[in-house]
Amino acid sequence: MGSITLKQVSKTFGEAKVIPSIDLEINDGEFVVFVGPSGCGKSTLLRLIAGLEDVSGGQILIDGKDVTRNAPAERGLAMVFQSYALYPHMSVRNNIAFPLKMAKLDKAAIDKKVEDAARVLNLTDYLERRPSQLSGGQRQRVAIGRAIVREPSAFLFDEPLSNLDAALRGTMRLEISELHNTLKTTMIYVTHDQVEAMTMADKIVVLNRGNIEQVGSPLDLYRSPRNLFVAGFIGSPRMNFVKGENARSHGAHTIGVRPEHIDLSTSAGAWRGTVGVAEHLGSDTFLHVNADGIGTLTARVGGDLPVRHGDQVYLTPQEGRIHRFDDKGLAIK
Amino acid sequence: MATQNTKTLARLMMAPAVIVLLVWMVVPLAMTLWYSFQNYNLLTPQNVSFAGFFNYVYFYTDPAFFESIWNTLVLVLGVLLITVIGGIAIALLIDQPIFGQGIVRILVISPFFVMPPVAALIWKNMIMHPGYGVLADVARFFGAQPVDWFAQYPLFSIIIIVAWQWLPFATLILLTALQSLDSEQKEAAEMDGANAFNRFIYLTLPHLSRAITVVILIQTIFLLGIYAEILVTTNGGPGYASTNLTFLIYRTARLGYDVGGGAAGGIIAVVLANIVAIFLMRAVGKNLDR
Ligand SMILES: Nc1ncnc2c1ncn2[C@@H]1O[C@H](COP(=O)(O)OP(=O)(O)OP(=O)(O)O)[C@@H](O)[C@H]1O
Ligand SMILES: [Mg+2]
Repeated sequence: MGSITLKQVSKTFGEAKVIPSIDLEINDGEFVVFVGPSGCGKSTLLRLIAGLEDVSGGQILIDGKDVTRNAPAERGLAMVFQSYALYPHMSVRNNIAFPLKMAKLDKAAIDKKVEDAARVLNLTDYLERRPSQLSGGQRQRVAIGRAIVREPSAFLFDEPLSNLDAALRGTMRLEISELHNTLKTTMIYVTHDQVEAMTMADKIVVLNRGNIEQVGSPLDLYRSPRNLFVAGFIGSPRMNFVKGENARSHGAHTIGVRPEHIDLSTSAGAWRGTVGVAEHLGSDTFLHVNADGIGTLTARVGGDLPVRHGDQVYLTPQEGRIHRFDDKGLAIK
Repeated sequence: MATQNTKTLARLMMAPAVIVLLVWMVVPLAMTLWYSFQNYNLLTPQNVSFAGFFNYVYFYTDPAFFESIWNTLVLVLGVLLITVIGGIAIALLIDQPIFGQGIVRILVISPFFVMPPVAALIWKNMIMHPGYGVLADVARFFGAQPVDWFAQYPLFSIIIIVAWQWLPFATLILLTALQSLDSEQKEAAEMDGANAFNRFIYLTLPHLSRAITVVILIQTIFLLGIYAEILVTTNGGPGYASTNLTFLIYRTARLGYDVGGGAAGGIIAVVLANIVAIFLMRAVGKNLDR
């Protein structure tokens, strides 16, 4: 049980209108990811849902019940913070047990739940340690453990993996996804990491300056971005945007082509250019090409293409993969 | 930084400071030790002679000796109790975002800037005076008999005065500690269902433990040597009711003109202070190691 509904939720800090007005429907059991550039209000939105900030206007419903004025603890949500926010002077066991202790469960029940959670999260050997004696990944798991023992109706994550190194991030990503598959609890996850958003989400919410730009499944957003912002934000490397004559010939103000949808040739093609930087990743190569009269374009090509800096190449966008946008930046269907 | 070279250099550079400190500490201590074994009375300065342990025995058998030690302990513990509890309370209050926060903080800190004799005189003549003190006025307003604080509760009155002076120090240290508490931890506890009281017990208080230790250690050092407040208010009396060890040494050395006896008392005080220090470090010092 954990559907969350936001109705015209807004938030102002003094003069600054951080979130003008947001309507959002999150279904029970969904994994929803909030993405957006830094400072766009992701954390603020999450904290509004958690109850750590008061809304300036609008309503928040959890399972159809209005909780706008309820204290955080009464909303039945659990949050995992970016800094983990473990209690430093308590052992791992007591950290995980803390919410249960506050809920006045009896000792035996607490012990059982803590040990169950520790087993799920591979923390059994560390129960008596202090948080300062754990690695980053272990701390993260303790924070998750503290969240799951409460059996909340939804989990809130605020960039939980951003303090971890790339390898560990990959592992933890899988673990959280697996956790979601077993618990089937609603999860709201804030990140600015493309990969996390694309791989974990059932539904991505793209935010920009406190407004929702688009809501949809990862592939929806990738295939049919609603506007220039979403098109530029989703996908890595960024989509190439071309304006002017080239765009007009496609009947648009701006056209967008993803780097992976550009064909490269050394003899003929739509756009001519010289190779600037070539980034060799092994499996792929990203070529930054200075196209004549267009600007810099990025193209993804196979790993072993024999082009070098300064070579002349021709680029051709794949037909049917061209995104067209009007002068207001909205996608033309 | 741990090569042989850097170590030698570091020691060389530190040497002057260490030597000055050592001389500064050792010379007075040695002189005190020397005088404590001498018969040396300022009334008969020509008769200086070796006294053996007579001065120690004399000081120890003074009927006021144990009373003064007891008074010292009561004074230190009383002030510590008031400043730590009061300091936490005030720090919690002025940590709240309120109108005029800056002014309030300065006002709270200001007693610390008042010199001890001045503070004690103000308390004596303007607040606790049975005739024209503020407290007497208040008592009369309610139709009660004014309390002669320094006659009836001499030690308690001094504890109040000293606590008033040290409260800002404790508040300041505890406030900075309070402000360093991670706000996400507070929020996490809030989400975990801890109410304000539980957040204080399980989160704030453990977080403050180190600062409380510092307050206790530093204050104890200074409180063992309280002297000016006693001198200008009760002068140790009535009888020996508000005489602490420092003041007893003063009485012996200056009022009795007995330099040898005073020196012996000083050495005893140093030994006792060290015992207290060791005891303290054992009891609370481990908080500092984390
Ligand atoms: N307590 C506050 N007082 C005033 N302004 C705030 C406060 N908290 C956040 N803001 C402002 O609200 C905006 C959104 O902040 P928020 O923390 O939600 O961004 P974010 O999307 O989480 O960014 P990031 O990805 O960097 O974490 C920012 O412009 C920030 O300056
Ligand atoms: Mg944020």
